[in-house]
Order: sequence, then structure tokens, then C-alpha cells
Amino acid sequence: MLREGEVRIPAGCAIAAVIDRSKTRFSCQKIVDALALMRERSNGLGGGIAAYGIYPQYADCYALHIFYDDNLCRQRVENDYLSRFEIALAEEIKTRKTRQVNRSPLIWRYFIKPRLCEYDDPEQDMMVTFIMEINSQNLGAYVFSSGKNMGAFKGVGFPEDIAEFFCLEDYQGYLWTGHGRFPTNTPGWWGGAHPFCLLDWSVVHNGELSSYGTNRAYLEMFGYKCSLQTDTEVIAYAFDLMVRRHGLPLEYAVQAACPPFWKQIDADQDQNRQQLARTIRMVYSSLLLNGPFSIVLATGRGMMGLNDRIKLRPMSVATQGELMAIASEEVAVLAMCPQPDNIWQPEGGVPALGLLKGESSLWH
Amino acid sequence: MKRIVALAEYCLGCGLCAVYCSALHTAPDLDLVRAFRQPKRLAAGITVEKNLEFAVARSCRHCENPYCVESCITGAMVKDPLTGEVWCDVERCVACWTCVAACPYGMVTISQGPHDQHPHAQKCDLCRNLSEVPVCVLKCPNEALVLVEEEGVA
Amino acid sequence: MALNLIRPQFIVERDRERCIDCRVCENQCANGVHRWDQTRREMTLDTSQCVNCHRCVVMCPTEALTVVATPHRFRDNANWTDKAIYEIYHQAATGQVLLTSMGNDRAHHIYWDHLLLNACQVTNPPIDPLREPMELKTFVGAKPDRLLNQRGEIEDDLPPQVELEIPVMFSAMSLGSISLNVHKALARAAQELGICYNTGEGGLHKDLRQYGKNTIVQVASGRFGVDIDYLRAGSAIEIKIGQGAKPGIGGHLPGSKVSSQISETRMIPRGTDAISPAPHHDIYSIEDLKQLVYSLKEAVRYQKPVGVKIAAVHNVAAIASGVARAGADFIAIDGYRGGTGAAPLRTRDNVGIPIEFALAAVDNRLREEGIRHRLSIIAAGSIRNSADVIKAIALGADAVYIGTAALLAVGCHMCQKCYTGKCNWGIATQDPWLTKRVNPDVASRRLINLLRAWEHEIKEMLGGMGINSLDSLRSNRLMLRGINLSDKEREILGVLAAGE
Repeated sequence: MLREGEVRIPAGCAIAAVIDRSKTRFSCQKIVDALALMRERSNGLGGGIAAYGIYPQYADCYALHIFYDDNLCRQRVENDYLSRFEIALAEEIKTRKTRQVNRSPLIWRYFIKPRLCEYDDPEQDMMVTFIMEINSQNLGAYVFSSGKNMGAFKGVGFPEDIAEFFCLEDYQGYLWTGHGRFPTNTPGWWGGAHPFCLLDWSVVHNGELSSYGTNRAYLEMFGYKCSLQTDTEVIAYAFDLMVRRHGLPLEYAVQAACPPFWKQIDADQDQNRQQLARTIRMVYSSLLLNGPFSIVLATGRGMMGLNDRIKLRPMSVATQGELMAIASEEVAVLAMCPQPDNIWQPEGGVPALGLLKGESSLWH
Repeated sequence: MKRIVALAEYCLGCGLCAVYCSALHTAPDLDLVRAFRQPKRLAAGITVEKNLEFAVARSCRHCENPYCVESCITGAMVKDPLTGEVWCDVERCVACWTCVAACPYGMVTISQGPHDQHPHAQKCDLCRNLSEVPVCVLKCPNEALVLVEEEGVA
Repeated sequence: MALNLIRPQFIVERDRERCIDCRVCENQCANGVHRWDQTRREMTLDTSQCVNCHRCVVMCPTEALTVVATPHRFRDNANWTDKAIYEIYHQAATGQVLLTSMGNDRAHHIYWDHLLLNACQVTNPPIDPLREPMELKTFVGAKPDRLLNQRGEIEDDLPPQVELEIPVMFSAMSLGSISLNVHKALARAAQELGICYNTGEGGLHKDLRQYGKNTIVQVASGRFGVDIDYLRAGSAIEIKIGQGAKPGIGGHLPGSKVSSQISETRMIPRGTDAISPAPHHDIYSIEDLKQLVYSLKEAVRYQKPVGVKIAAVHNVAAIASGVARAGADFIAIDGYRGGTGAAPLRTRDNVGIPIEFALAAVDNRLREEGIRHRLSIIAAGSIRNSADVIKAIALGADAVYIGTAALLAVGCHMCQKCYTGKCNWGIATQDPWLTKRVNPDVASRRLINLLRAWEHEIKEMLGGMGINSLDSLRSNRLMLRGINLSDKEREILGVLAAGE
């Protein structure tokens, strides 16, 4: 049977996310409850949670979370790859044995800093290349989280069980995103679960990209290796390219991914807006995300919920005081914001932004 | 009133307009094989003029003041007051050849069909009672014949 | 006089029960096959002149005629086929290069038919094109590396684009190889459909200048009709380096087809053979091409895309990479099945490679080099239907050209005798008696019908794949699966096998 990365596995599923915009940290209970309520949307073959603000004492280090097949693989990676960095701390992530989640790989965490003056490229480009190098070779190792002051916890199991496995009750974060998976295959591989993380980006995704082949072909030109063969990977890379590397404002990137229809653009009376829309569609046509999806894209500055432009997947959003919650189902959103000030379903292609106070965008 | 306009630019000189005209007037179900096997077949109301690459189909102009009507000794040749079409009432025609001589365009002949008692004047009648659209216009393989609707009665 | 060994290839059968002696077959056959015998008072014929164009069959009002291939055959010989033997007889009789027209007709695999499309089921809903918007708009031209420059602003001068409502254009067919009436029909149809037609190497007739917005002007090795007004008249310029039907040689218009109209438009003397040189005599290398590309861009003040058309040959990927780096805004790749008005038989049948492989190879190579966005790829060389269009886009094309399909829509019957100038359908001829046979009103209507039908079919297939914008099909090889292909063929095409 082919491993994930050798075969495409579409995603049916549940997504959820919650942020405290005042950056006050809270426990994992909200996200776990939300995901547990949506248990029916998953089938226990993948689940995960990403948390921001969980490593305040190592906030300026990249926190790498890595799966290893065995200790031999770990030693190889530590010697050949991680040795290039200053390592502030290296430890096995604390887990507990549960009935539902077992047969886990080795799971380690490293807080690292690049040694100064060793690389020509901007530091983040270098980190991305480094991570993709490890992940695209069959080293029996997979870096599944690589941001600063954030981390992903995922594996094969229902998300609430994964949370139990990783002892998530020990952590406090100001932004949590989570996902429960319903893959139509039996991967049995922990790296395949969501959230997908790259640097500070995390993506949870419900849907299937019909445009995957096109998106991937374009991204590979810019050095991204789509080794997981998942749609989620491509979404993360697309925003990484547009927002981080090309410096696009988030609204432009959203417009590239979910552009208005030509009929609408051609009828637009506002010349400037029309010209902008045409230009974005022309330049980034290969990053149009086609097919049903609801995603939550998050960084250390906040989160964004987005649906495909003809809204073929559900998504509800609610705010309650400083909290904002997004989930596939209204009941899950209500679990996170029990007395909401506002609760709504965003239109297709219109982003729902939950940013920390004082921040104006997800990246810069 | 309706008029047939011939576009020389697109006329192939194939003569199918004449074939179908003659066939329809001889056999109203447009069975060409039967029509052409008849011992007597009505002459076509449209003819093709050809010279090297030039070709065009000529047919009755359904004139405003038709010479054929004016010269008809029996009153068989009439101009329909409503539609402006000029047609021949076969019952009244005695085949005197006056209209044939009178027509400045030479568009009238004397002919006899399988169901006719006697020969009579024959010319384009815009397929009156035979076809909604004149059959030459319908069947021209290159749309070189066009039916135009003109304001008022001719 | 020595014996003529060539026997008639076709037999025309006349059903005497149905023939009404109307003589339409006689006046329509430009080859003089049919004749009215006054003494015997019946139609008679000289079947040796028949080229199987079906003009008489279609025009006969009682369907009394049939044309069949002659049953007269040589003894069965899989090596020395009838065709091979007759070719020897022809050359022994004339001492001439064998000519032919239209595209390679050999029984090689048609790779389009070995590619299967996806449809969404369960995990992803198909989209209904009758109820949801389905976008086919395509921009042909170079795309910038990124939207914003270093200062965070959108660049003022984005490269010029040709905007197409559907990803299909009419391929280059020169005025001379085909008649002005056909060009008029192509131009009108292109305007109505919101696409472009290509002048080919015969220049642009003055009556067609009004369609400039929907015209791609071609600069070929003969430089026929090329002056500054010509370059500025169209919406894009295409430098023709080669064409799929005859890679390595130039265009060929026999003197019999150079009428005064052609002479005026091409700026050559009446009745002379118009033989374009094999190379452009100012392009002997890639750096020379770059010079020409930029001279043309200067001539139109960088307002119009300048592209290059090449034939699909062995190292097409490397050539395409060079073309991209020479500054071309688009590259048209013409596969070996491409049509032509006249070509040597041997070149047409033996030179060049299939467009499917060329397209996949070029798309792969440009992506590997990270420069795929620097130009648009137009695929040509036997696009026969809307499924071929979809597959071409999935393999990496931005748009396709149709040539033969367009002429078939206008009435061509593929008799492959275009080079004689006696096209009975009025398409590939300059004889005014014959060119009348194409009424531009009728022909443009048929072309519009064809492409509107393809447009609907494309939308249906896209919707089935769960895609509502053509942008998401480009280079999306995962939407294709191969069937009856060798591993190597699949590898080159970049598609998985059906079942994978």
C-alpha cells in the first residue's frame, strides 16, 4: 500500500479555530470541545491541533516538532541536519499512552536558532529550504511544525484523543486551530494529519482542490516541494509565496485564491478596482484555488477563515468579547463562544479575519 | 412586398434553383425524381446566366406596373393587391404569347405541367400556395438568393 | 508517348434511376469529371480526374452519386502497398517531388485518444455549467514574476496581452493557400467569438484591416506583405520559424495560385511561385531570433505581444527554452499532424513529432527552469474536438490553434489536393469561379457554430472535473490518466496510468 506522499488522499473533515484577540492565553479545552462535537465529520484516521503562544520562554527560537520512525533516523537527522543550528533545547514531547491513540512514531521537539553569518538567503527562505530538504528525502523523519512560539500536535486518531495523547492540558495559548480528518484511504501515517505547518503558517482545511495539479506545477517553479501530495500543503505554500515572499497584502492574496468572476469584474464601474482585479487574475492565475474548501490560515498575528468562491463547504464564525471562533459547524462555534455577540456564515471568497489587537495583517 | 434578390457575388451557377423551381411546381411534394420523369414538366421561373466566372439567377421582378398584366388579353395575369405578387390564373390563360413578348426581362415562358389541360404562361409566382419561403431561396446551396421584405405594396 | 501507369483511384457511381440529368455535377466539378453526352443524351464521366472531394455527391439534388475507392488493386503486399507503388510511378513519369496537402494521414497512435479525463465523485461535487459561472477567459502573453515590485507597487507596464474569450484560435493559413472569402469568414468569426485568427504568411488584405483587434499577423521567412502598417494592424505578431506539416522548409504557393489579388497583398509578381526560404535568412541562431523579436517589439512600441511559431521536432524543449529567453511573449508549437496547403509528401509524412509529447516536454522543461510564466504556450497540430482542447490545456497549453478543423467546418472534404489550386469547395483556391463557393456569411456562421458547440462541451467537461475556471486546468496533469501507453510515453507526458 502506498504511503502518504506517494498517493493523493482527499480530505473530508472538520475544522475549528479560536483566538483571544487581546493575546490572553487560555487552555485547549475550547478547541477540544469544538472538535469533539464534530466527531461525526471525522473517521479517526487523523486529527491535530496547532497552538500559538505556547513557548514564551523560547519565543525567539524556531520550535521544530519532528516525527521519527526510530532512533537511528533521529540520530542521522540530528547529526547531519540539526547540527547546523544552535540548539537551545532538545527533548521528546511528553505524551501519555491512551487506548485510542497508539503505535506512535518517536516525537521530538527542538528549539533552534540559525548560526549567524552562515547563510546568504533571507533567514526564512533558508529555513523553508532546510525543512523541505529533510521532508522530501526518505530519511524516516518528518518536520511537522516549524514556527516560533507555536507548535502543532497531530497524529492518527480523533482530534480530542490526540489532544489527550499529547497532554495538551499542560499548554496555554492565545490562538488554537484544529482539525479532524476523514481520509478516503487508510494512511496510517502521522505526518498526513492536519494542521499543515510551515514556519509560522498553519493551515487546517476541509475540502478538495480540483486545481491541485495546476497549483502545484506553479509552486514547484519557486522551489516548493509538494512531498505530501496534500491540498493543504499547496494552500500553505501559495500564501507563503504570495504574502511572505512576494510581499502581497493579504487582500490581494485572497483575491488571487478566490477571485471574483469575470462577469463581475467586466461589469465593475470602478476602473482602478477593475484593473487591479484583472491584473491579479492574470499574474496569479495558477494560484486560483478551485474546488470546495473551507480553511483557516493562521500565523502568530491572527487567523483567517476562507471559503471557496461558490461556497461548497460550511463555515460559521462568531465573536464574543475578545474571542473569535471559526468552525465547520455552528454548534462547534457555540461551544467556543457560548454567548456570542455576533454569529454568521461568511460568503464564498470573503475572508473572516481574527487578528490580534494592534495587528493589521497576518504576516506584515 | 416580398422580392427575391440574387447575389451575383455568391452565385455558383449550379442551376439548382431552376431544378427545384421546376420540380416543386410539377410535384408539390418535391419528389425530384418523379417530377423529372414526367413527360410534361413545368418550366422553371428562374434561370441562371453564366459567363466565365460570373453567374447570377434571374427571375420575375414582380414589377410595380407589370407589362405582362397590362398586356394580358384574358385577364389571367394579375397582380395581387395585397401582396403585390404577379401570378397567372391558369384557368383563364389561352397561351397567346403576348405576355412573353411584353416582358422586358424575358421572364415568362409558355409551359405545360402533368396536371394541366393545356399549355399556359409560366413564371415565378414566389411559390404561391406551394411553399412559405420560395423554394429557390430555401435550396440555394450558397445563400445567393435572399428573400427581402419591402415596405408597402409594390 | 509512353504508357500512363496511373490508374484512377476513385470510381464515381451514378444511380441512373435517380439521376435527373440536371447537370449540376457537371458544372460543379472543377476537375471535369462529369460531362453531358449530347449524342447519347445522358451524363457520362472521366473518372481518372476524380479526387474524391465529394462536391458532386453533395450538390446532386437526388443523391444519385457515390464516390468509392477503386476496387482495382495490386496483389496484396504489406511492404509494397498500392500507395508506395503509385508514388514510384508518379515520380518515374514526372521526375518531380511528390506534393500533397493537409496533415499527416499515417496510422500512428493518436495520443489524445490515449488520455482519459477525471470527473468528481463524492469527495468533491461536480459543477453544473448551466447553473454556475464557468470561466474560459485566457490571456496570451508573458506574465510578470510577481505582482508587486520592490517598492510594493504594481508595475505600470505589465507585458501586453491578447485577451481570448475561449482558449481556441484559428491557426495560420496564408491568403494564397486559401481564398479571401475564407479569410473574411475567419476574421468575422474571430470577432464574434472574441478570439483571434492568424493571417499566415500571405500578408493582410486591406479589406480585413478592420478586424485588426482579432488578428495575429505572421512574419514568416518570405516576409510577404510585411511593412510597418502590417505589424501595427494586428493584436499580436507571430514569427513563423516552422510549421508542423513541414518542419525545416518554408511555405510553398504554386504560381497558379498567385492571382492579382495575391500578388498585391504579398507584394510579389503575378504567377510566380511564392516559395518561402527554409530559414529566415536573418535568423541563423537563437541570438539572431532575440534580435528580431526585439526589433518587432520596438516597431510596435512594446504594445503588442511578439511570439514565435515552431514545429514540434526532436529537441523542442531546449528550443522552447531558448525562445522564452529570447524574449518571446508566446510560443506556438505545431505538431507533425498539422495541415498545410502544399508540402512535399516525404516531409509531411516523416518529419516532426506529435504535439502531445512536444507540449508536455516543453511545459515540463520551462517549469523545471522556473520560467513557464514568461510566455504562453499555444498548441496546434490536429486539435480535432473539444476533448483535445481540454487535454492540451491539462498538458500545459494556454490556448490551441485549429486549422484543419476550421476548414472542415467551412466545407473541406480532405481530398488533399489543395496544392492543385482547384479546390472544389472554394477554400484552397484563387480561381474566382471557385472562390465564390464560400459565402463568408455562411462560412462564418458555421465557424461560430463549431466553436460555440466546443465552448459548451468544454464547460461540461470542466464542470465534471469540479473546476469553474480554466486557470485551474492549465498543467493540471493529475486530471489525466493514460490508457494503452508505454511507461516511457506516460513518463514523458507526465500522466499516471488509469487505475493509479
